[in-house]
Amino acid sequence: MSVLQQLDSFPGRHSALDPGGPQAALIRDRLWDPMYATAVVTFVLVVAALMWAVFRRRSPGEESDDPRREPVMRRAVGLAAAVTVVVLFVFLVADVAAGRVVTATPGDDAIQIRVIGHQWWWEVQYRDSLPQRWVATANEIHVPVGRPVVLELRSTDVIHSFWPPSLTAKRDLIPGRVNSLWLQADTAGEFRGMCAEFCGHQHAKMAFIIVAEPAASFARWLAQQRDTAGTPQDSLTRRGQEVFLGSQCPMCHAIAGTPAGSRVGPDLTHLGSRRTLAAGTLPNTRGNLAGWVVNPQRIKPGAKMPPNALSPDDLQALLAYLETLR
Amino acid sequence: MSSRCRSARRAAALALAVLGPTACRRETREFATWPPSASASTAVREVELRPGPPTREVDVRGPYADNAYGVSEGKRLYNQMNCTGCHFQGGGGIGPPLMDSEWIYGSEPENVFETIVEGRPNGMPSFRGKLTNDQVWQLVAYVRSMSGLLPKDVASGRNDHMQVRSQEQSTPKGTPQQSALPPSAEHP
Repeated sequence: MSVLQQLDSFPGRHSALDPGGPQAALIRDRLWDPMYATAVVTFVLVVAALMWAVFRRRSPGEESDDPRREPVMRRAVGLAAAVTVVVLFVFLVADVAAGRVVTATPGDDAIQIRVIGHQWWWEVQYRDSLPQRWVATANEIHVPVGRPVVLELRSTDVIHSFWPPSLTAKRDLIPGRVNSLWLQADTAGEFRGMCAEFCGHQHAKMAFIIVAEPAASFARWLAQQRDTAGTPQDSLTRRGQEVFLGSQCPMCHAIAGTPAGSRVGPDLTHLGSRRTLAAGTLPNTRGNLAGWVVNPQRIKPGAKMPPNALSPDDLQALLAYLETLR
Repeated sequence: MSSRCRSARRAAALALAVLGPTACRRETREFATWPPSASASTAVREVELRPGPPTREVDVRGPYADNAYGVSEGKRLYNQMNCTGCHFQGGGGIGPPLMDSEWIYGSEPENVFETIVEGRPNGMPSFRGKLTNDQVWQLVAYVRSMSGLLPKDVASGRNDHMQVRSQEQSTPKGTPQQSALPPSAEHP
């Protein structure tokens, strides 16, 4: 599969020029567009000057070391330098001003989400004053449309950087420190983001999706995520749960409502409802899930998940069970 | 080409041939071990006696004794698999310490492997089927590195929050002290 095809198959807008929120729109309108226009004008002027210098005919008797030409050239170079300094200074002021607006503290009605960077996935927690109402998910951040969201950024291992280009600027996740970033989505839709700080082997396969949805469906999603996983209904999924709990899976993964409660890997309580697997690497389909469970090292070499040699029957039962986790 | 130049080249080639493999070995990262041995089980035997006909001996020395990446992965697993819950950071507490030279069940890699896979009386649980063989060998390498049984250049560094002194850049600025020794004697 070519890179372009792969990019095509992923959901989510992923472009700083296609803003979905006020901050990205401001960055495009106040910084990108003026800088682009200025660069185009400068490029045209420089090429024109170059062409003029190349193709100008010397008047007869003109000497290249004529002392009368010196002041003229000095004035031309001085003027160009002055214009450059002025343009750069204007952009400096515009940059600082835009930065202040983009990072200004949002209103009081902001919701708080904790994002923890791991090698190589994103842990997402919606906290509440009651711990039993906490929601843990991975690589997928649901936000309500039109409401500011404050992200509390942490890291457990190395420095990562959170960057959804269609929504806001990037911010680092630094181990041992807490950073924060806010964003707001004005339109419903899916926005893709990436880790923007090299963080090891699978840095390139560390993406996430921000799903912006209307307040009502966001509340519905949050309520549904608070549920624990149900008891398996038929014999196949019951066998799948046994396989999950009896193998190495619960050493790292949690499924709320079962004894599996480890926080080393992503929480799988609602795995079936997520759009992608392995931090935006694969679309969440049964075949991809099977490949990922059996040999993650083939898909994402160096990922912390070990290969799992399951018998075909056990694997099918496990997949059936994991698909019920919605 | 002069003969001296040729012999220098030969020496360089020899040095590369000798040092190259060892240098690389320390940093090799092998991710895809296939087929996986999900249930760490039959690799270790403590006595020669066994049922059935003689079988081929498996290499049980462990692949990570000279591999810094394997040791650091072992350190990650040591925390994530909650070894710290009983052994703490090697100093022991509920379980025996791991950073001294006293080993109840032996210090050889295969002994430590067996301890992890089979468990031991009085509290050490069995991790059979819960870790792959590779992961157990990584743990073995890290556990042995704690008591200095591995070369120093592959052992992991101490965690930042466990340093005896805080890092230089986070200590208050002091004034330079005049040493009683002349500068030439400070670094003999």
